[in-house]
Amino acid sequence: MSKKVLIQATINGEEVEFLAEPRQSLLEVLREGLSLTGAKEGCNNGNCGACNVILDGALVNSCLVLAVEIQGRSLTTIEGIAGPQGLHPIQQKFLEHAALQCGYCTPGFIVAAKALFDQNPNPTEQEVRYWLAGNLCRCTGYDKIVRAVLDAAQAIGKIPVEEI
Amino acid sequence: MQAFDYIAVRSISELCSLLSGQNGQIKLLSGGTDLLVQLREGRVKARLVIDVKYISEMAEIAYDPKQGLYLGATVSCHRVCQDPHIQAHYPGLVDAVALIGGIQIQNRASVGGNVCNASPAADAIPALIVHEAVCQVVGSKGQRQVPIESFCTAPGKTVLEAGEFLLSIQLPPPRQNFGAHYLRFIPRNEMDIAVVGAGAGVTLDNARERFVSVCLALGAVAPIPLYVGEAGAFLAGKRVSGEAIAEAALIAQAAAQPIDDLRGSIEQRKYLSAVLARRALEKAVQRARGET
Repeated sequence: MSKKVLIQATINGEEVEFLAEPRQSLLEVLREGLSLTGAKEGCNNGNCGACNVILDGALVNSCLVLAVEIQGRSLTTIEGIAGPQGLHPIQQKFLEHAALQCGYCTPGFIVAAKALFDQNPNPTEQEVRYWLAGNLCRCTGYDKIVRAVLDAAQAIGKIPVEEI
Repeated sequence: MQAFDYIAVRSISELCSLLSGQNGQIKLLSGGTDLLVQLREGRVKARLVIDVKYISEMAEIAYDPKQGLYLGATVSCHRVCQDPHIQAHYPGLVDAVALIGGIQIQNRASVGGNVCNASPAADAIPALIVHEAVCQVVGSKGQRQVPIESFCTAPGKTVLEAGEFLLSIQLPPPRQNFGAHYLRFIPRNEMDIAVVGAGAGVTLDNARERFVSVCLALGAVAPIPLYVGEAGAFLAGKRVSGEAIAEAALIAQAAAQPIDDLRGSIEQRKYLSAVLARRALEKAVQRARGET
């Protein structure tokens, strides 16, 4: 058994120190070591996106990152998406559009949408669909999710809305 | 996951000394999108995982109109797709790399990792073949260059010997009247592994009416990504025509030696080899003519 390594990183804006074995995935340490259980283990092989986190600005699957790889780096998880005032507009729009049933894939979709808006605040529907191609949902289907994300972009005020 | 030690290295010399001092069961980590899955499933064993993505020479993209493209082995697919020089001069590579996974995978996975993973269905390799890429391999005995079409030796196997690693991939400078394209067949629109992939790179004469040289490669139809030299030899010097392209596509089909598996039958893969080879050639010609 390899020795645990002390890792220092910034998670959701806070300086965090934790111990991790080299073999542990970031997902495992988030959930079991740091009690950040919002990221979900779906496939554990990079297909489903339920474990999405934002690492130094890049959307990644936390099941495909070793926890020891985040030494000195900055991480945003689903727990860091909502602001002090409450839900992030993406979260609010997921509720309004009922863009979830069981909810297991939802954190991954919301983190993915946040990463999309960070680099493209005004995405087209096609861009949203391509961006979300790495996230799987097994119950709601994708239309409500895509609509919620597009509506969230409008709510954030980044998409010019034609007056109705 | 099995237990292993982890170390992140910052320089080539540090990596070389680590590799020469160890024996066996060392794996190099770049994006980890193949490696971590294989470690988790026990398909590969590692005692030590060396993270190489902080070595500056391996993380660099450098383009020069005279020297061509230097692509560090750990450069992510996303960076390749976003690079304006690569977009302008190496379109076949962008076609292929853009197909590898969703954004989460593209942010982590490297083109060098796709090459070293040596999947018969690797999308980047046929594209690198048609761009005439050369792999820069470093080991304790120094550097050597391996043409990309000779890099893979069997599914999951490469020419890398113990202690050797892929430093970078070098692509030649762009030529006049050159175009390239890569495409693949998958049963859905996105996010799958190629049933068959095909890449073509063509150089036309100044009138853009005759083939000067052609490079054709197929994926997922042989134990390694397949360079079909016969198809290029057939087309070289010929006038560009639908008939000539169709005949070259049949030559590619004849070279394909696919297997039956859950993704496709031999018959389907043979059929697709000709269809995709033809489409890759047609689009490469359009690009060489500046039509797309």
